[in-house]
Amino acid sequence: MKDPGDAVGWLLLADEVLDLAAAAGASQAEVVIQADDAALTRFANSEIHQNVAERNARLSLRFIHGQCIGVAATGRFDPGTIKKLAETAGEIARNVEPLADFVSLPSPGPRAIPDLPGAFSAATAEATPELRAEGARAVIARADEVGVTAYGSFATSTETIIVANSLGVRASAARTWSQLITVSMGPGGGTGYAEAAAVDATKIDAAALGKEASELARATAEAVAIEPGDYPVVLDTYAVVDVLDMLGYLGFSALAVQEGRSFVEIGKRVGSELVTIRDDGADPAGLPMAFDYEGVEKQRVDLLTRGVCSGVVYDGQTAARDGVRSTGHGLPAPNPYGPFPLNMVMEAGTSSRDELIGGLERGLLVTRFHYTNPVHPKLAIVTGMTRDGTFLVENGRIVGPVKNLRFTQSYLEALAGVSAVGLERRCLKGFLGGVVVPAVRINSWTFTGATEH
Amino acid sequence: MRDLSERALSTATVRGASYADVRIVERVDESITLKSGRVEGVASGESEGFGIRVLVDGAWGFASSHRLEGDEVDRVAADAVRIARASATALRQRVQLDDRPAAHGTYRTPVVEDPFAVSLETKVGELLAADQLASSVKGITFTESTYTAQRSHTIFAASDGSYTDQTITHVGSGIETNAIEGDEHQRRSYPDAGGGWQSAGYEYIRGLHLADHAGALSEEAVELLKAPQCPSGSMTIVLDPSQLYLQVHESCGHPTELDRVFGTEASYAGTSFLTTDKLEAGFRYGSDLINIVADATAPGGLGTFGWDDEGVAAQAVPLIQEGIFVGYLSSRETAPRIGRQSGGAMRADGWNRIPLIRMTNINLLPRPGMSLDEIVADTDDGLYLRSNRSWSIDDRRLNFQFATEVAYEIKGGKKGRLFKNPTYTGITYEFWRSCDAVGDERSYVMLGTPNCGKGEPGQTGHVGHAVPGARFRNVQVGVGKW
Repeated sequence: MKDPGDAVGWLLLADEVLDLAAAAGASQAEVVIQADDAALTRFANSEIHQNVAERNARLSLRFIHGQCIGVAATGRFDPGTIKKLAETAGEIARNVEPLADFVSLPSPGPRAIPDLPGAFSAATAEATPELRAEGARAVIARADEVGVTAYGSFATSTETIIVANSLGVRASAARTWSQLITVSMGPGGGTGYAEAAAVDATKIDAAALGKEASELARATAEAVAIEPGDYPVVLDTYAVVDVLDMLGYLGFSALAVQEGRSFVEIGKRVGSELVTIRDDGADPAGLPMAFDYEGVEKQRVDLLTRGVCSGVVYDGQTAARDGVRSTGHGLPAPNPYGPFPLNMVMEAGTSSRDELIGGLERGLLVTRFHYTNPVHPKLAIVTGMTRDGTFLVENGRIVGPVKNLRFTQSYLEALAGVSAVGLERRCLKGFLGGVVVPAVRINSWTFTGATEH
Repeated sequence: MRDLSERALSTATVRGASYADVRIVERVDESITLKSGRVEGVASGESEGFGIRVLVDGAWGFASSHRLEGDEVDRVAADAVRIARASATALRQRVQLDDRPAAHGTYRTPVVEDPFAVSLETKVGELLAADQLASSVKGITFTESTYTAQRSHTIFAASDGSYTDQTITHVGSGIETNAIEGDEHQRRSYPDAGGGWQSAGYEYIRGLHLADHAGALSEEAVELLKAPQCPSGSMTIVLDPSQLYLQVHESCGHPTELDRVFGTEASYAGTSFLTTDKLEAGFRYGSDLINIVADATAPGGLGTFGWDDEGVAAQAVPLIQEGIFVGYLSSRETAPRIGRQSGGAMRADGWNRIPLIRMTNINLLPRPGMSLDEIVADTDDGLYLRSNRSWSIDDRRLNFQFATEVAYEIKGGKKGRLFKNPTYTGITYEFWRSCDAVGDERSYVMLGTPNCGKGEPGQTGHVGHAVPGARFRNVQVGVGKW
C-alpha cells in the first residue's frame, strides 16, 4: 500500500490507527507521523563527490493502557502492518510496569494551533539537484578565485509532522529548512568556514559564503603556535551556537532539573546582564516550528533573562511531575532524554564586529569549535578544539592566525564573563534545531592544550 | 526482492549509469529504557526501503525511498541518475572503482538465542532486577538501564552481477548509576557508558550478568562524591579496556579512514594527520607493542559481516604492525588511489544512506606475557583509569582529551584510593609511542560503539573494538580547573 502522501491522507491514517488502538484496549493513544523528503549535495576538493536524496515516512503509536505505555513504529502502511502495529504496542503496554506519575496524554490546547507561514518555503520543497549543484559551484568558484579548495554541503529538506491522539489533539504542518556549510583549505595550512541556514533555500547566498570561507582560509595561512592559557576571546556566531546547544542539552530541560543534573535554579544568576536566551518556535528569524511531537503548541520560554535563569522547557511527562502545562518541547516517544529547546534565540547586542574585536587588549578571535563534549556536566565544563580560523588580537586589531587550541571551560563562567554582544545575528543549524545567535566577547576563556595545525 | 533489485539496476543502466548498485534493507529493532527502578520506555520499530547508487559520466548519484514498489523503484533510479548528472557539473576527477570479483552468497550473524523470540517479560524483568539493585543504594540520585536489539536484512545487488543476502543481529545492554550532591555529579556504568554491544543473540545479554555488578557500581558512584580530585601532572596511566577501546576508536580508527585522508569529510568531521606519504615512509605510530587490525571477521564484533555495502568480502586488514603504520580503512573508490584493493570498509546506516568508509572491528591485539593485573603489579606509581565519560579530538585526530568515570591510584603495584573527575590529554602518535605494556588474552574483550557519527546527512555507525588493557608513560593527567 502506498503511503497517503499528503497531510489529509496522513490524518485519516492516524485516525484509523487510533481506532485500531482503541479496539485493542488502549485507554489513550497517540500517533506521530514524520514524512521527510530530503536531499544533500556534498562537495570536497572543489568537486561534488556525494549527492543523495531520500523519501521516508515513519508512523509511531504510543499505546496507553492505564499507566502502562508501549510504543511501536513502522515505515510500512499496509492494513496488515498497521493492525499488527496496534497489537504490538498493546502487547508491550500490557507487559510493562505502570509508570506511576503518568497522568495523561496532552489534551487539545485552549486555541487552535496557528499556522506559521514562515516555516515553509515552496522553493525549498521543490529544490532540485541542479539548484544544489549551482550552489556548490558558486562556492567552488569563489574558492578558485583566491586559490583555495572548497569543501562543504548544501542540504534541502521538507518535513511533514502529523500528531493525533485519542483526546482530540490534531496537529499537522509541513516545514522546510536548508543549510549550506563550507570549509576552505588553502596553502600554508589555512582553513576557513562559513555557514547559513534558512527556511528558503534560495535565500542562502552561496557565493557570499564561499567568499567568506575562502578569505578566512587565506587569512589563516602560516598560523603560529601560541601558549595555552587564559585569554579574553571574541567568539564568532559559529562558536556561540555550540554554547547554546550544550547549555540546552545540559540544563534547559525540565527533566535535567528534575533529575538534579541541571545547573538551572530559577532566579539564580549565571550569566552577565547582556545575556538573554529564549526558545521561540514562532520566531521567523530561526527555523520555525508550530508544535512539538506531542501535538502541543510551542510556547515561548525565556531561559535566561539578562543573565538570570528564568525557565526550562517541558514536555507532557515532565510537566505533569511539576503540575504545570507542557511548553510544547516534547520529542518523539519513547524519549529518555526529556524535552529539548529546538528553537533557541539569543538576543542581539549593540556591538559591531569591529567593536567586539576592538575591545580585546590581548585576546583571541575564535571562528568555531570542534568536537565539544562535557567534562563536568553540572558545572557545564566542556572541552573541545578551535577550528577553521583562530586569530591573535592585540590592542583591538587582528595580529595574525594562531594554531588551534584545546579548551576546557565552564560555559556558565563564560556566560558570566560576557562583556559585549554583537548586533548582527545568524540563523544556524544547531544540534537538533535552528539557533539564532550573535557573536560575543568574553572576559576569559581557558585554553588547556595545543595541536600541530 | 530479486525482481525489485533487477528492475532498479536495469532502469539505472538504461538511463545511463555505467555502474549501479541497490540495497534493499529491512530493519527491526526493540529498545527498553528503565530509570530509577521503573520502566520508562519500551519500543518496537521496523523500517524498510531501498537505496540506489549510480555512476554516470564518472560522478555519483544516490536516491532512496521507503516505498518498495515497482513504479517507485523506477522513479528513484531515474532520480539517482539525474542527481549524478548534476554531480557531473562540478567534477574534476572521474570516479574509478577497483576490480573485485562479483559477490554472491548469504551471511547470518551466529545467534544462539534469538533476542526477538525472548519474551518481553523476561527482558524487562532481568533488566529491572539490575536497575532496582543499582537504584536501591543509599545516595544514588538516579539510574538508567538500557537494552537494545537490532536486526537488519540486506539484499545487495550490483550491475556487475553481485547479489548477496545478509542478516545481521546486534544486541546491547548496560546500567548507569548517578550520584549527585551539590555541584558534584558522579556516574558509574557497566559494562560501559551506553552499554556493552556485540553482534550476537540474547546469550550475550545474559552473559553480562548486569545484576551482579549493580550494587558495587552504585556504591562506587556514591564513594566518588567524597573522593579527592584527580591530581594533575605527567604520570603513568594504565587504561582498562572500558576506556582503551574508545582511545583506539578516536585516535586509531578514525585517522585511518582513507576518505578522511582524501578530504571528503573535511567539512564535517575533519581530515586526518595520516597522509599517504606516511604510509610510504613507514610512519611510527606507536611503540613496538602496538598491533592494530581492522578485522570484519572477528566473532561478536559490531563490525562483523560477510560483505561490506559495496560487495567486498569481509577481511582482516592490518593497520599498525609493531608500531608502524601499514594500512588504511578503504573502499573501491579510494584504495586504487594508493595502489591497493578495497579493504572492505564501506558501510551504510540503513537503506536511506550511502555507504561511507567506516570502521569494522578495530582491534588492538593482545601481547603474550603480562595480564592486566600483572601490568598493575609492575607499576610503582600511577593511575588506573576505567570507563569512558567524555571524549574529544581535533579535526586531524591529533590532540585528544578523555575523561573517565573513575581513577584508582596505583602505588607499589597495588590499586588503592579513588580519585574523581580524571582527565588525560595528549597527541595521538606521542601517546601510542609511550605505551610500554599491552595486556595478554586474559583482559582481551570485544566491546562496541553503537553511536559513531559520520557523514552528511548524518549516519550512526555500529563498530567493534576488541582490546586488552595497556600502560602508557608520561601522560598529561588532570586537565582544566574546577
